[in-house]
This record gives sequence, C-alpha cells and structure tokens, in this order.
Amino acid sequence: MKTKNIFLLIFFFQLFAATLIPSIAVSAQQPTPSDDEVNAIARQLYCPVCENTPLDVCPTTACHQWRELIRQMLAEGKSEAEIKQYFVDYYGARVLSEPPRTGINWLVYVVPPVAFLAGVTLLFRAFTTWKRLTKEPITGADHSSSSGSGPEPAEGSGTAVDDEYVARLEEELKKRN
Amino acid sequence: MSQEPNTTPAPKRGVPLWAQILVWIGLLGLLGLLAAGLLKAKNPILSIGSSVPDFTLTLFSGYEYNGASEVKLSDLSDKVVVINFWASWCQPCRTEAADLETAWRSYEETGQVVFLGVDYVDTEPEAREYMTEFNLSYPNGPDMGTRISQIFNRNLGVPETYVVDQQGVLRFIQIGPFQSVAEIQAIIDPLLVGR
Repeated sequence: MKTKNIFLLIFFFQLFAATLIPSIAVSAQQPTPSDDEVNAIARQLYCPVCENTPLDVCPTTACHQWRELIRQMLAEGKSEAEIKQYFVDYYGARVLSEPPRTGINWLVYVVPPVAFLAGVTLLFRAFTTWKRLTKEPITGADHSSSSGSGPEPAEGSGTAVDDEYVARLEEELKKRN
Repeated sequence: MSQEPNTTPAPKRGVPLWAQILVWIGLLGLLGLLAAGLLKAKNPILSIGSSVPDFTLTLFSGYEYNGASEVKLSDLSDKVVVINFWASWCQPCRTEAADLETAWRSYEETGQVVFLGVDYVDTEPEAREYMTEFNLSYPNGPDMGTRISQIFNRNLGVPETYVVDQQGVLRFIQIGPFQSVAEIQAIIDPLLVGR
C-alpha cells in the first residue's frame, strides 16, 4: 500500500513538472525582434561617425553594432522612447533625426512655417498691387467702363486710348521727318 | 514726345515700419546664428600648446582610478595624461591596443603618467569584448554624449591620441595608430625629464 502511494506521488509530481516545464521554457525564450521592428527605431537615429546616413541603411560596423543593440534592448522589453533616450544619453542629442524640441532647436520648427506664411503674404500683397496697377491706367483715362484685361477689348475700352496715342505718335514722327 | 502720363499715382500701402524692423531683426538674428554655427564648425581642433579644458571620464564598471569610478582631468595635475580615443569597430585601433597597454604598464609604477581610454561612439558589449581581448588595465570609459571628443576634435576619427603635460597643456597629437611601444615612450619620456 505504501509503495502504491509513493508511485502515485511520483506520478503526480511528474505530471506537475510536465505542465510546468513548457511555461518555464516560454518565459525564458524572449521573441527575437524582427529587422522591421529594429529599423523602425533605427531610421530615427543617425550614427555620428556616418553623418547624414540613417542608421537603418548605414552599412558600417559601428551602425551594425547599434542596430544589434536596439534589437537587444527591444528583446529586453524596452520601449522606443527608452531606447532613444539611451542613445541620446550615450551619444548625444545629435544622433536623433529630429532635434528635441528644446531651447534653440525650436527655431527648426518655428522658422520654416513662419517664413512660408511670410512668403505667401508677401506674394499675395505683390499680386494684388500688380493687379491694381494694371487696372489703374485705364480708369485714369476716363474709360471706367473698361475691363481691359481680355485679349479682345470691349467697346469703349483702352483701344480708344491706344488709337489716340498712336495717332499723336505718328503725327510727331511726321513732323520730325 | 509730349505725351503726359495720364495715370494717377497709386496710394502708398507699404509694410508698416514696425513690421519691417521686426523682419530685419529676425533675419539678422538668423544670419548671426548661422555665422556662429559656421564659426564653431570651422573652429580648429585643440591645437598643440593650448590648455585642455577640464572634463570628466566616467569609467566602465570594473574600472577605477584611485578608488573612484570617474576621472577628472583637473585632478591629474602634475601627471602626464595620455588620452586615447578608440572604438571596438575600429580596425586600426587594434594595431595599437597592445602597445598602449604595454606602455601604460611601463609607467604605472612611476605614478607620473596616466593613460585614459575614451571609447568613442561604441556599444558597450563590444567595447567590453575589446578591452578583455587586449587586457586593457588602464582606466577606460565611454565618451558619454561625445562630450570629450568634441573638446579635442569635432571631426574625430579613431584612433586618435592626445598627450597633455603636467600643466594641462596639450603637447602632442597622434592621428592614427601608434606603431610601437617605443614610439609612445619617445613622446612621453621628454615630458618627464627633470622630474
């Protein structure tokens, strides 16, 4: 009877162990982050040695080591922000593709849109001024009914002014000859 | 030609004076910033004969100097300091690593020379493998935020070695690897004469 109990105990222990082993194996084996996951972070970083080459496409050994470090940190469960912060702490803010929005770096974000808006405003003002200037000579010659902007001028438009001017010009030329 | 212009002058509608002043100030400010940036970038590397600004090297765990985990240059007055920039991914660094270690050991007992290894833009696991491979015993640490390399050379390549004398003045710059222990000693020994 006693031996039977011992065998039963061993059996249940084995059963328990069998259910436990896979869970241990799963928890010990972290999934390896894919290249896409690594590159999603790597393309936001630049190695100071290979300036102007994003880390995800940089072929040097240094960049390869950086990518492997990212993979390792992802496997450890670090977030994207934590990984980027690690790289900033270790190598400086210049490794970031986008400068941090602090201090003088704000100029990078503020100046281009302000310059663009200023340019648009300037162009708008220039165009309206030019439009007004093209209209004003006609209205100034008492031909207010004219639109004066089409290829075929309407009746009573600037054509009369031109005719008068041409006539006077020809007269002047005749006098000189 | 007696044609009189029959147009009436358009009313003046210029940009207000305050806006013009503001735009010019902004533009000059931006140009000033750009000029300052260019001057900074153009600024030559720390030249021989100039005083080396103070810096602190935080050492890799496992390394210490006088029981501390970091080394401050200003604490090393009265010593010749050999600052070597290296990286594990740098192949030429490997040609000089053993020589640097040998040279360091030849001076260690005297207490007159300190070697500092500054690991430039490197990853720690590979850096540790490198230090183990060459059995580097002198203080080594990462160039956190590339702050130290920017003091010496904004366009640093590795390996580069800078020798600072007892007064904190830069006395020698080696671009590229040393070829022998004797070459390293030939630079340091003259600085120890009379000591």
